Amino acid sequence: MKFLRFISAGIGAAAIAATAHAAGGSLHAHEPEGGWAFEGPVGELDMASVQRGYQVYREVCASCHSMRLLSYRNLGEPGGPFYDPEYPNANNNPLVKSFAAQDEILSTEPNDVGDYDYRPARTSDPFKSPYPNDAAARAANGGALPPDLSVITKARHGGASYIYSLISGYPSEDVFSTREIPAEETPAAESEAEAEGEGAEAVDGGETEAAEAAAPAGPTSETVLKVSEIDSSHYDFSKYKGELVQPVGQYYNPYMAGDVSAQWRGDPRKTPPGGFLAMPPQLSDGRVSYLDGTEATVEQMSIDIANFLQWAGEPKQSQRKSTGLAVMIYLLIFAVLLWFSFHRIWRNVKH
Amino acid sequence: MSGHASTYEPKTGFTKWLDSRLPVVRLAYDSFVDFPTPKNLNYWYTFGGILAVCLMTQILTGVVLAMHYTATVDGAFASVERIMRDVPYGWLIRYIHSNGASMFFLAVYIHMFRGLYYGSYKAPREILWILGVVIFLLMMGTAFLGYVLPWGQMSYHGANVITGLIGAVPVVGDGIKAWLMGGPSIGNQTLQRFFSLHYLLPFMIAGVVILHIWALHVPGNNNPTGVEARKDKEGLKQDTVPFHPYYTVKDGFAIVVFLIIFAAFVFYMPNVLGHADNYIEADPLVTPAHIVPEWYLLPFYAILRAITFNIGPIDAKLLGVIAMFGAIAVLFFLPWLDTSKVKSMRYRPVARQFFFGFVVASLLLGWCGAANPDDPIIPMGSDKLVVSYTDANGNEATQTYEEYAAASTFRDQKMSEGVEATIAVEKAAAFRFVHLAQLLTLYYFAYFLVILPLLGLRENPKDEPASIHKAVLGHDRAAPAPAE
Repeated sequence: MKFLRFISAGIGAAAIAATAHAAGGSLHAHEPEGGWAFEGPVGELDMASVQRGYQVYREVCASCHSMRLLSYRNLGEPGGPFYDPEYPNANNNPLVKSFAAQDEILSTEPNDVGDYDYRPARTSDPFKSPYPNDAAARAANGGALPPDLSVITKARHGGASYIYSLISGYPSEDVFSTREIPAEETPAAESEAEAEGEGAEAVDGGETEAAEAAAPAGPTSETVLKVSEIDSSHYDFSKYKGELVQPVGQYYNPYMAGDVSAQWRGDPRKTPPGGFLAMPPQLSDGRVSYLDGTEATVEQMSIDIANFLQWAGEPKQSQRKSTGLAVMIYLLIFAVLLWFSFHRIWRNVKH
Repeated sequence: MSGHASTYEPKTGFTKWLDSRLPVVRLAYDSFVDFPTPKNLNYWYTFGGILAVCLMTQILTGVVLAMHYTATVDGAFASVERIMRDVPYGWLIRYIHSNGASMFFLAVYIHMFRGLYYGSYKAPREILWILGVVIFLLMMGTAFLGYVLPWGQMSYHGANVITGLIGAVPVVGDGIKAWLMGGPSIGNQTLQRFFSLHYLLPFMIAGVVILHIWALHVPGNNNPTGVEARKDKEGLKQDTVPFHPYYTVKDGFAIVVFLIIFAAFVFYMPNVLGHADNYIEADPLVTPAHIVPEWYLLPFYAILRAITFNIGPIDAKLLGVIAMFGAIAVLFFLPWLDTSKVKSMRYRPVARQFFFGFVVASLLLGWCGAANPDDPIIPMGSDKLVVSYTDANGNEATQTYEEYAAASTFRDQKMSEGVEATIAVEKAAAFRFVHLAQLLTLYYFAYFLVILPLLGLRENPKDEPASIHKAVLGHDRAAPAPAE
């Protein structure tokens, strides 16, 4: 019994540690129906899903997101989605070779005259990045940097569930509406009215000029979403009576970490969860045509991409679990033997 | 080093030859084979051995990691991932090392609480205790330096917070800070010196551990009764057993059970004790929403943040730093702060209650360290809405509402009159994490500075047993054990 007490002390310390991960103002990520195959001490990745996920990555995500820590050869290594026991060396795997060859990359070694040529990628090359550098990525995405996806499942609370929840968690179109901004409500008009009210004529002239200059550039309509009308089986949004004004080039997602209070028209004590991100909803039914004939629903594609990224974040996870099982069995037998040795050695000593 | 008469007798020609030149086998024999150890040590006393295993594990895995790690701001993050992906069993080595740090601290905290409970810091073991606190300090330094090496978001911003603390020290703070960082800000030079120091400190720990074991072997182990083992031949025989095989097997069993818990983390939840943000490469321009240290530093972080007020000329920030370092510094003086002659809390019923209070306070401080200090624990009343506007006379005015509908109607009415009006939230009073942390910090210091010094003079301890031998027999009589 004494012994149990110190084990429980250890578990207590772990519980304290777990509270360090209290998330911000976003919704808690949830699993798809039926959970993840890779969960638990003996859970294995659903490799068919990881394969489909790679297709979704190539055809959808890869146009903006890099995966710099992965190489094509990783796809064919043990534990990878296209591992083939016939080709223990992934660099010989014809499928992996063909995936690499489909991408043109800028060679990292200079040619005979010192220039850098484009060439088809080899299995040893890292995944092709969509942009040459972060500045180019930002410039092409309205100032937002699409994060590298190599370890994204380890870099977000919730892991694969976060990816799945985020990708499939955008509000549906019917809660959005576009509204003309009435002229008297534009910020410029307001400041003009205010200035007049205060009777500060000198300032008045200056501000009107500025307002006229700014007027054509300013938005004439705004996108508004009614949060209480979001239909979700995972969370009750009906308590958020009010409207969220979606900034241009930004998209609301309740699973995104962030703060929407500045855009919220409603009770500031009940600000909806989530945040805005620069990535518009990417998936619609049939966005990819799966090679294995699976129906490409948003749900299915979200599960598949999350499974693929789960694998990519830690390609050695199946090896980790199988080694763990052997280690655990070894340690348990060792502990039992030591327990009996202990009792035998101490049998004549009162303690 | 063994502190008792040597019983080693070299048998072979070679060992006789060696023993007269370098009696290293004799030292090992006297220290770890024949060493007389109280026969009543319980499982709480196995953590010394567990910690030795932790230190060796960290050094071995760390040396291998250093072979593959790149200490540059551009290469560090990717090199850690490369270890996990391309080095054979690199994932295992790295996960053992990163979880090993947590396991090391878990064990050291249990080891320290054990010392506090059984009075292991009291004469004649003051030096033993102080060396232990030195090891604890070195461990915290090593852990902090090591956490920076993967160059994730928490690495970078955590390092910023910690070096910022040193900058709060008056006069010399900025100089020390720049010296630590190797420049005006954290950069490549910081990472390289942190790597160098992270490699150095574990060997300093190992050195102090040798002194720690030496200081243990001079007076011998304390034990759960706190009564010293008798020194006369008959008494020593009755009170102690040789370290081997009695404690090698008992410690061995505890070590393997500890390794099972360790392995459960390494193989099945390798990242649960870390922070997800540290898998995002460090970006000085993006600050994480909540910067929190690793779990084992959270109680001290809570003490740091609990000080939100100035005292005289000392501002809150410096005071927080003083409190945080003071929380460790006070441990150095513990042997003289506790005035009771009775070591074990078994015989100090009143002190025992305060001790358990101290354990709970330490755990709750960890909880406060992880939480946002401004979050309410017990809300008192509900938040109100305040509409601010300019009244007819041009003065700032406010109107307070409970309901949003009423507040927004009023705001819209003012707006339609051409008056700017805004709604803000007035937070209701609440008992917040920062308040809890302040109470717990007060208890933490009171335990050492008030409770232990006064209690030793005033309490009525229970009678201690005459000897370990008597205690062991009495223990058996009180709860008859099945025939062994």
